[in-house]
Amino acid sequence: MVSPPFIYALLLLAAPMGAILLFSFWTQDFLTLDTTLTLNNYREFVEEPLYGVLLQRSLIIAAMVTLVTVVLAFPIAYFVSFHVAPERKSLWLFLITIPFWTSYLVRVFLWKVILGFNGVLNSGLLGLGLIDEPLTFILYNANAVVITLAHAFAPFAILPIFVALERIDRSLLEAGQDLGESRLMTFWRVTLPLATPGIVAAVLIVFIPTIGDYVTPRLVGGPNGLMIANMIQTQFLKLNNAPMGAALAVIAMVSVSVIALVFVWLNRKWLRVKQ
Amino acid sequence: MTPIITLTGVQKYYGDYHALRDVDLTINEGEFFSLLGPSGCGKTTLLRTIAGFENASDGVVMLGGADMAGVPPNKRPTNMVFQSYAIFPHLNVAENVAFGLRRRSDLSKQAKADLVDEALDMVGLQGFGGRAAHALSGGQRQRVALARALILKPKVLLLDEPLSALDKKMREQMQAELRRLQRQVGITFILVTHDQEEALIMSDRIAVMFDGRIAQVADPQTLYRRPVNRQVADFIGVMNFLPATSTASEDGVDVQIAGFGAASVASEQCPGGMPTGDASVGIRPEMMTLLFDGQPSEGAVAIGTVAERYYYGDMTYYEVEFEGVSEPVTLSMKNLVGRPVLERGDAARVAWDPRALVVFEA
Amino acid sequence: MSLRAYAVAYLIFLYAPIFLLPLFAFNDSTIIAFPLSGFTTGWFTELTETPALHAAVKNSLFIAILTAIFSTLLGICAARAGAKYEFPAKRGILGLIMVPLVLPEIIVGVSLLVVVVNLLDWSLSSWTVIAAHVLICTPFSIAILNGAFQNMDASLEEAALDLGETPWSTFRLVTLPLVMPGIISSLLISFTISLDEFIIAFFLTGAEPTMPVYIWGLLRFPQKLPAVMALGTILVVASIIILTIAELMRRRGLKRAGLKDTGGFL
Repeated sequence: MVSPPFIYALLLLAAPMGAILLFSFWTQDFLTLDTTLTLNNYREFVEEPLYGVLLQRSLIIAAMVTLVTVVLAFPIAYFVSFHVAPERKSLWLFLITIPFWTSYLVRVFLWKVILGFNGVLNSGLLGLGLIDEPLTFILYNANAVVITLAHAFAPFAILPIFVALERIDRSLLEAGQDLGESRLMTFWRVTLPLATPGIVAAVLIVFIPTIGDYVTPRLVGGPNGLMIANMIQTQFLKLNNAPMGAALAVIAMVSVSVIALVFVWLNRKWLRVKQ
Repeated sequence: MTPIITLTGVQKYYGDYHALRDVDLTINEGEFFSLLGPSGCGKTTLLRTIAGFENASDGVVMLGGADMAGVPPNKRPTNMVFQSYAIFPHLNVAENVAFGLRRRSDLSKQAKADLVDEALDMVGLQGFGGRAAHALSGGQRQRVALARALILKPKVLLLDEPLSALDKKMREQMQAELRRLQRQVGITFILVTHDQEEALIMSDRIAVMFDGRIAQVADPQTLYRRPVNRQVADFIGVMNFLPATSTASEDGVDVQIAGFGAASVASEQCPGGMPTGDASVGIRPEMMTLLFDGQPSEGAVAIGTVAERYYYGDMTYYEVEFEGVSEPVTLSMKNLVGRPVLERGDAARVAWDPRALVVFEA
Repeated sequence: MSLRAYAVAYLIFLYAPIFLLPLFAFNDSTIIAFPLSGFTTGWFTELTETPALHAAVKNSLFIAILTAIFSTLLGICAARAGAKYEFPAKRGILGLIMVPLVLPEIIVGVSLLVVVVNLLDWSLSSWTVIAAHVLICTPFSIAILNGAFQNMDASLEEAALDLGETPWSTFRLVTLPLVMPGIISSLLISFTISLDEFIIAFFLTGAEPTMPVYIWGLLRFPQKLPAVMALGTILVVASIIILTIAELMRRRGLKRAGLKDTGGFL
């Protein structure tokens, strides 16, 4: 029963990933593909500073996006789980998820309209007299990328945290207070530790895919907001250097996975110490 | 008595786990039969093997004279009342009850509707046909499940812990009703339960199971009075075990019981065989009597000390310590008008009758 | 209270771009900025007069419909296997199937590109897009269908077998009606994801662009932007309608199974 989806995932996911890995050890010689195994692409990555800059920036942006998204998302998840009447919870979740499903490209583009020099935000703030000249630090740089991606990934962060919060037996919180803790300390000592699995899931589900987005950096990032995915895309589609693109994809994946694993490991360790 | 179900050498393995161990069992037509045992003893596996949801790893399952090997549940002359009742949530009560009639092309629509009404009548749910499944109480779901199974006139009705989800009052009511229904339809009922009281009240015969093995098959009285071993005795009701030594006599054994003294016991009081040397003597709490205020006794009397007293309303339970017996002995006295009670530390004179004893291997 | 105020502010943040869409779609100016100049439906008319767009929409609909069907079928297999059977390496197998949920989409795109173009030397077409979309939509289908299958009491199917139905008629009479709302909801969600997906489609699309790829092309031409806003408005309205139906289906499924709503697609 499970074999059709499993075979599908093997053929279209595992095999191509293997192909990418293999490809990254080949080289492109103009129009011909040189299939001798070599580390040239990885050497080029080390020697050409641009790649390193892009990767580092991508990781920093992804980390910022994750931080901003999860920090903004937690109170929402908490609000829906603890302060919304049970019969209205699904309505709230529905409202939260709707923007996520609708026209990704147009949504990203509209952030350009909102954040631009003559954009909605600036004209609004100018009109209100809160600022004297348009803010320029919010478009065509990393900040804009962070804001836009935090918007795009919002439900991905909210839902896992919400699920973790919903699983918390409410009598545990009463027990916390009954045993003499204030509401705040109960939150700190009971709610938050029990919500950690959701927070970890949220972090991973935001951090990992963020690295692969090239639309947002291209549309709102400006020259200093471009990320590694833009370079991968360029290598494949413009420079026709698939092996270099493959190497960059492998490097990006490995970096992200290593960071994610370290994060999970630190989290486990920290939790165990606390217990 | 005609057998309807015969199991011979039935084994069931789940990987390394041996769920049914060499089960031999015969169940008769028209019998109310219970499979009784603690959870994990294999009673539900045995029931599901009869129903066809599990295939025996080895052995033969005969149903109504036919070998059931390879016969799927939908082709077996059995129907089941599930523990969760398994009422189809997308169908109403009448549609649930009529579910199994779909393939009966010999019946007209009207005939089917009449059968449904009749079945609902039988379980006391007249007029409930149009109710939605989720609008039913636990007891009503149970009745729908019964009607749905009985409408197909199976040779055997299988009931998997059908009363465990009900509260005490409703459970007692349904026990009486199940018994009445079984007499009315006259087919074999096989009930799985972990509640020994329920099994005693309802069954014609009971099979007690431990660890995938059948320990004893007997009618309720025999099971209660003559359990074949300490495990069965312990599971059915309360029984005190006293260390003893046993020597063979003409028609039974002579035992020397710690704290109680000597007694001669007939062979039928040794249902598990007659031990010699170290033995264990069982006696139920209600088979002993406290003697108050120098009350005389014609039979044997043992002297002990009251260690604890529990008041149950209709009964008072005493734990009495005897010299040479490590565990206190439990005995029960009916609370009659004017009957005195003993306090902790009081001396207790306990009258007992050798005919009430059961002798086991130590 | 303050938490509620924050929640409302957050919703405004989430909906800001969507609220702006219709404003610019009906605005009588080619510049996408405030102040608005006047009302027009001209941009919508322009959409109806662009054959290239119609081709892209048709192409996208074809891809989205097939993606929805395939990923839901695979989702049914996986969700049912996950809910009903034990098999070796179950967690690992189901985990692999769910991986695309967290995998950067560009990785899916380029890895399939490499296999199809460089290794197999096939040409790109709508089918390559469908193959990739099925891969990324299946985890969503599974997430939705898992709810439907796991909520179903296993003894319901046994009861039907016990009452004389065959395994196949049991599936038809009991299983299918109970998971149907989940299936519809899965079809709609996969359809929506596929229709909107750009990152992968950009790599794998053949000679005929999908709608998002076509929109991406338009974003470079300022004079085309109002038409993009109009198209975006239509898409948003369509997605909201589809998603509402999906949500209603999910709730109906829960109600049918006699369960309490615990919220959310995922």
